[in-house]
Amino acid sequence: MAPAFFVPDRTGRVPSAEGYFGAFGGRFIPEALVAAVEEVAVEFDKAKDDPSFAAELGELLRHYTGRPSAMTEVPRFARQAGGARVFLKREDLNHTGSHKINNVLGQALLTKRMGKTRVIAETGAGQHGVATATACALFGLDCTIYMGEIDTRRQALNVARMRILGAEVIAVASGSRTLKDAINEAFRDWVANVDSTHYLFGTVAGPHPFPAMVRDLHRVIGVEARGQLLERVGRLPDAAVACVGGGSNAIGLFHAFLDDPSVRLVGCEPGGLGPEEGRHAATLSVGEPGILHGSRSYVLQDEDGQITDTYSISAGLDYPGIGPEHAYLKDAGRAEYRAVTDDQAMQALRLLARTEGIIAAIESAHALAGALDVGRELGPDGVVLVNLSGRGDKDMDTAARYFGLYDQDQAEGEARGRTPDRVTPGEGNVR
Amino acid sequence: MTDGIASLAGALAQARAQDRAALIGYLPAGFPDLESGIDAIAALVEGGCDIVEVGLPHSDPVLDGPVIQAADDIALRGGLRIVDVLRTVREVRDRTGAPVLCMTYWNPVDRYGAERFAADLAAAGGAGCILPDLPVEESLAWRTAAKAHGLATVFVVAPSSQNERLATITAAGSGFVYAASLMGVTGARAKVGAQAADLVRRARLLTDLPVCVGLGVSDAEQAAEVAAFADGVIVGSAFVQCLLDAGTDTAAGLKALRELAGELATGMRRR
Ligand SMILES: Cc1ncc(COP(=O)(O)O)c(C=O)c1O
Repeated sequence: MAPAFFVPDRTGRVPSAEGYFGAFGGRFIPEALVAAVEEVAVEFDKAKDDPSFAAELGELLRHYTGRPSAMTEVPRFARQAGGARVFLKREDLNHTGSHKINNVLGQALLTKRMGKTRVIAETGAGQHGVATATACALFGLDCTIYMGEIDTRRQALNVARMRILGAEVIAVASGSRTLKDAINEAFRDWVANVDSTHYLFGTVAGPHPFPAMVRDLHRVIGVEARGQLLERVGRLPDAAVACVGGGSNAIGLFHAFLDDPSVRLVGCEPGGLGPEEGRHAATLSVGEPGILHGSRSYVLQDEDGQITDTYSISAGLDYPGIGPEHAYLKDAGRAEYRAVTDDQAMQALRLLARTEGIIAAIESAHALAGALDVGRELGPDGVVLVNLSGRGDKDMDTAARYFGLYDQDQAEGEARGRTPDRVTPGEGNVR
Repeated sequence: MTDGIASLAGALAQARAQDRAALIGYLPAGFPDLESGIDAIAALVEGGCDIVEVGLPHSDPVLDGPVIQAADDIALRGGLRIVDVLRTVREVRDRTGAPVLCMTYWNPVDRYGAERFAADLAAAGGAGCILPDLPVEESLAWRTAAKAHGLATVFVVAPSSQNERLATITAAGSGFVYAASLMGVTGARAKVGAQAADLVRRARLLTDLPVCVGLGVSDAEQAAEVAAFADGVIVGSAFVQCLLDAGTDTAAGLKALRELAGELATGMRRR
């Protein structure tokens, strides 16, 4: 039998009918969106029990995305990891170059089932935007992508990809001009166009049912990895490590191991330049419970409940919120979250490139850096599984500047002819 | 302590007794700065508003268009805190005697503490709250606190609200029902949504609360059109725009606010 690629959670443990993961989640949305969000919930519930949905999505994930994704052991890289064995789950090899396509194809099929003709989405690194633009091209849907102005600059390659795929890319100039503000703008669009439009949300945050639905569409990552590792090593990993922006690639990896208490679940947050306010986006490490973008979770906020500025070298992790299921796993003690700095991530990115010939996305490089530390903690008998959530092509300009890889002339030309990348915090922060 | 719900009912009943709709004006606190903001909201009443909504600006106003976003930005960059918003409520109430609602998003209230916020808002003379991202299903904690302090909970209903939901929402709300004239965020529109009259009609069948219409109303003609079928007309972005246009000339801004409120009120009397 062909492997199943649509493997939603069937335990029904969380969330509750109201969308709560313990104290987190729920649905904090304007009345104008209630009917649309409820429609998504009903449609997804139907799809979950409809074999034709699983079949259609399964075909796409197999023949279009290229699932199952490979698993690669990286022994030369692992020498820096205290001798532990390190395995990468290769979501970077999916069509479009990241894990995002798993969720996007599922929601694109739902969009068709709901009879909607237009899709909107937010994007930070541009990977969710590219995946969404791809699915819209495939299904003939109108596509508008909101992206913070700062991110359109630092991920310019992905802006071009989205446009060639036929999507309209709108650079968002409000607020901090990053992912958070792209989401705000997408919600504003949705309220006004909800009859024709599905908001194809890109991570496990947002109002119920998005955290559960996006999780279910990414569960395949961990289910595959668990099987692959059992087959190759004959045992479960000691730790499963992933980067966390909104939390989708991490929950996708973690979920298959929730009932394996020996497996540590480690989420790596963007520690940026340090723990001071405005210099990181380590929501679970530093934030406190609050409401952002439709659900209760941990949030980076001040005493008055205003969302504070974030910074990360990685556009995809530069976000002051986090999916509610991660908040739940953290408080339950089932998963642990740690901050990885810009520099740790960039060094790990270069190390993997030089030792294994694999260029990771800067987002995923946060997980690689975390894995090096976890490996050292585990020692030589350890087995570490890392979600390599995306590939690094989009990040080559940032990396070249970071490591001084451009030739002198070119570097000067770049400096003269182009707007600089976001290498310092605060640059775009209006507030 | 006066009862917030009673003060709202009084203002709406007075307008009805004069055979007209009530004019409800919105401005964020702290805009263009704290003191001028207080003057500006008082000017709305001086110009003809029966009720005012004081906005508690939020860093992420997802239901606001660019005009109110700009005002929120200015207020927050000016260092506005929740205590300043409460002071604004108190001063406006003391100076004008008009009912003062607070309009904001749920996170600032949740963070401050629903009970503490309700207590402090009531102590400042506030009449209640409008929390457009707090749906009725999530509102119990707030409603309990509000009720204990005599505050109204004004819920927003939308053209997309089916009758069953309308019944649930209007049963849970108090003060009045805020009917969104269209599907969208705040901001002036060329035309008032055609769905507004239908929504008001549907809401009236389900509740005895007054039904006031907001979103997109910006001039006297539109106000008069809405006043013909609603109990109140809510105007926000158009007032904010007056102050944005006036720039640093605050006196001119206040004059423009009084004039616009006056025009809107006059337009609404012609029904
Ligand atoms: C490659 C990659 N990994 C991770 C992320 C972070 O998102 P999430 O935490 O939802 O997986 C992004 C987001 O843009 C991404 O592009």
